[in-house]
Amino acid sequence: MNFPVLSVIVFTPLVAAVLILLIPANRKNEVRTTALVASVFALALSIWVYVQVAMHPVVDLAAAGYPYQFIEKLTWLSVGNLHIEYHVGVDGMSAPLVLLTGIVMFTGVLISWGVDDPHAPTGIQDRPREFFAFLFLLAGGVFGVFVSLDLFLLFFFYEIAVFPMYLLIAIWGWVKTREYAAMKLTLYLFIGSVVALVGALAMYWTAGQATGVYTFDMLQLEKAGFPLAFQNTWFLPVFFGFAVLGGIWPFHNWSPDGHVAAPTAVSMFHAGVLMKLGAFAALRVGIMLLPEGAKTWSWLIMLFAAIAVVYGAYIAFVQTDMKYMIGFSSVSHMGLVMFGLSTLNRDGLTGAGLQMFSHGVMTALFFAVTGMIYDRAHTRQIPELGGMVKPMPWAAVGFIIGGLVSMGMPFFSGFVAEFPIFMGVWQVVPLAAIIASISIVITAAYIMRNIRRVFFGEMPANLEGHISPITALDKLAIVTLCLLMIALGVAPNLMGPMVQAGVDNILRLLGGA
Amino acid sequence: MYTPTMLLAILPEILLLTLGVTLLVVEPFWKAENRRNAGWLTFGGLLAVLALSLLFARPADPQTVFGGMLRFDWYGFFFKMMFLFAAAATSLFMMDHEKLGRRGESYLLLLATTLGMCLMASSADLVMLYLAIETTSIPLYVLSGFMLDDKASTEAGFKYLLFGALTSAVLLYGFSLLFGFAGTTNLYALKDALLAGRGMAPMVFGVILLLLVGFGFKISAVPFHFWAPDVYQGAPTPITGFLSTASKAAGFAVLLRLFLAAFPGYANWPSILAVVATLTMTIGNLLALPQTNIKRLLAYSSVAHAGYALIGVVAFSKLGVASVVFYLAAYIATNLLAFGAVMVFSRVTGLDDIKDFSGLSRRAPALGLAMLAAFLSLAGMPPFGGFVAKVIVFQAAVEEGLYALAIVGILNSIVAVYYYLNVLKYVYLYRMDGENEEAHPIPLTRPYAIALATLAFGVVLLGTLFGPWFEWSNLAALNLF
Repeated sequence: MNFPVLSVIVFTPLVAAVLILLIPANRKNEVRTTALVASVFALALSIWVYVQVAMHPVVDLAAAGYPYQFIEKLTWLSVGNLHIEYHVGVDGMSAPLVLLTGIVMFTGVLISWGVDDPHAPTGIQDRPREFFAFLFLLAGGVFGVFVSLDLFLLFFFYEIAVFPMYLLIAIWGWVKTREYAAMKLTLYLFIGSVVALVGALAMYWTAGQATGVYTFDMLQLEKAGFPLAFQNTWFLPVFFGFAVLGGIWPFHNWSPDGHVAAPTAVSMFHAGVLMKLGAFAALRVGIMLLPEGAKTWSWLIMLFAAIAVVYGAYIAFVQTDMKYMIGFSSVSHMGLVMFGLSTLNRDGLTGAGLQMFSHGVMTALFFAVTGMIYDRAHTRQIPELGGMVKPMPWAAVGFIIGGLVSMGMPFFSGFVAEFPIFMGVWQVVPLAAIIASISIVITAAYIMRNIRRVFFGEMPANLEGHISPITALDKLAIVTLCLLMIALGVAPNLMGPMVQAGVDNILRLLGGA
Repeated sequence: MYTPTMLLAILPEILLLTLGVTLLVVEPFWKAENRRNAGWLTFGGLLAVLALSLLFARPADPQTVFGGMLRFDWYGFFFKMMFLFAAAATSLFMMDHEKLGRRGESYLLLLATTLGMCLMASSADLVMLYLAIETTSIPLYVLSGFMLDDKASTEAGFKYLLFGALTSAVLLYGFSLLFGFAGTTNLYALKDALLAGRGMAPMVFGVILLLLVGFGFKISAVPFHFWAPDVYQGAPTPITGFLSTASKAAGFAVLLRLFLAAFPGYANWPSILAVVATLTMTIGNLLALPQTNIKRLLAYSSVAHAGYALIGVVAFSKLGVASVVFYLAAYIATNLLAFGAVMVFSRVTGLDDIKDFSGLSRRAPALGLAMLAAFLSLAGMPPFGGFVAKVIVFQAAVEEGLYALAIVGILNSIVAVYYYLNVLKYVYLYRMDGENEEAHPIPLTRPYAIALATLAFGVVLLGTLFGPWFEWSNLAALNLF
């Protein structure tokens, strides 16, 4: 067996979390350094995996038997007719998301480092040891879900990715709403996941009794050929159980509250990666294992997604709190991902894959900049801010670039992602594409308004002289995220072909097309 | 006629008795200040019993010994190992307890009740079974009321005794009727004897109800759970921990063996148990929600956990039994960890309300982590044992087509997440009055440190490398079919 690179990526944050907990609580800088080293290591490996998959996106299905790469397979439990495997691998759909997780983890550590100034603390200064340990537990879970090829393993990592959110938000979050938001988020996500779990167990036994092979292995379950009635029944709980985490309307309510209450790095993780987890799992388990069910219900997903796109954008437009604005814009943009998934055609799915990455990077950047502003100005109310371009020009440039991505400007990643989605929807229901495109206008309106008010305009007198410059680590994080969005916008071929290879695999399961 | 197997079958029991006698003889000669060493002796002795039994007394094919009194099989053996483990952890927890720690008789009672549980797990005869149950129960009554100058403790002991005596009587009545109908007391002869007298079916159904009352009390299933919160709250915390884990597991051990051996022909008891399981989970969880005392919260949570485990019993399949055994193993480690953490806290502060845990993670980060692991495992989150255990129990239910029961279980675990996380909120988020947690550390004494570290490790181990443990559970389950 080759070097088990995926396992190393998954276990790096988990092992780092344990190591961090062993460091004495007062050694804050040692804790941060360990976190940084671990995140750089995981990022480097995920870049390597990405490059490998990007160079050979198409796996010869006839020779290998499966369209995944870097496969590792170990028996975890095999007793009676209960079989659980540790089975991981990546394809063109998941490799960008692994990279995204690596990037958000790296930039999240940079942003959380902060300045330990007792008068104006930034970043995480209260119990950083526990903070980074829980954050890395979360990161390990996220990596795990993206590479899982076994349903049980997927649930295992999925739950690991969910529960640290409660602690991270409740402990380090925004004082006013953290308890409420953390509990709401955890219950929503937990309900979603256990509902999906019942579906997974049903699949396990149904496939086992039909084929005689009892397995959670998704590559086997793909071939199970579930009866149509079974697919139609179980598609809804499985897809929407996961899609709760993807923030799909009408189950999105936890998401903006969670974003607002979470500390900066957790908001980045939450909107940047965790919501993709929901969309990804809904795709991998819902659409890929129950393709006929997906065909039956795609109209419902499209309807919900269209509402999410427009409604999310409109609610974002009327917010005065920057974090709520970005939170609802995430609902809108994740709605576009679901929109793409609902088309079940090549363009739509490819767009959804690209949008997951693009939105992840963009929203991580938004939350990073908002966090920097809030740490210094102690307010996120748009009317109370102004003139931020002077004290923090890097942050301003970053936010503007993020805004351009968000509006779907050409030469930025947002365009590359959203254009195929609308093309895909147009092929299915042209009217839906037209209605959803209203959101682009609304998005442009609130992003531009925000940029003008917060970064330009007059700085309120009470803030004058109180805004300290951002740190070099903050700048590094901003530059990393911006460069990615521009690179993908200018050269979509860096990601397009590999996502298409992943999509081809999904289309194969959907039968032809 | 004597065979070596006979001795091997009761090797753990013999060694436990030897340990108890040694303790009884040695302890009076120790000076008062050294009496705490009785705890180390008990702990070391229990570990030795565990190790020796694992090395020498592993069962091969199931066989009955002592004229059908005991059955020497994996099922009983695996449960015995769990009881010994729980007793070893409990002896560590007892050492620094103000009232229990320096009294040799408390350890002796612990050994006696463990001995009874070991016999419960392997009994194959109604008479033997009843004796074993009483051997288990009587020391527990005494231990629950051990703190004579504490009103709550004496009340707990007395309440437990009254409830226990009543249900024992009901159970004994059931046993005697069973003997009357079948003409045999041997568990494995009961089935054929009962089937031969088919006309008795309605009467046998009545007997089943009587037995369910008896075992329902042991495992604190609704509606026989009323004693649990009061006794759990009043009894010395180490004993509560033992009561809620090992004693409950022993009840399940007997329930499974008796019902699978004697009543496979009567199809209606699983549906009664399904109702009991639903009620137990739902009422346990709903009543846990408003609790303000951590011991009462854990009491109701342990009622709810009996309900989850009952799902596996209802499934009435190999996987179902294996899932119950595994669930109990995970539950024992988890709940002992939870009670251990509570104990450490209460010993130093003298408080056991949930709000008193404010600021715990700043006062004692390691203890906070132990609480985190225990409560997340109880809530059924990976990578802790509770997650795998719950999934496998639900698996067993879905395999048998019991979707409704699985969904009830899942809805209940959502309710439970709320109150478990609520406790963690106090531990991690809230602060003490005055916000000077550093000035109020919570020191861990060595026995607690050893016990908590081992249990936390065990909880993670059961949740990650669960293969071997589940294989053993499965071996145990196969013995019953």
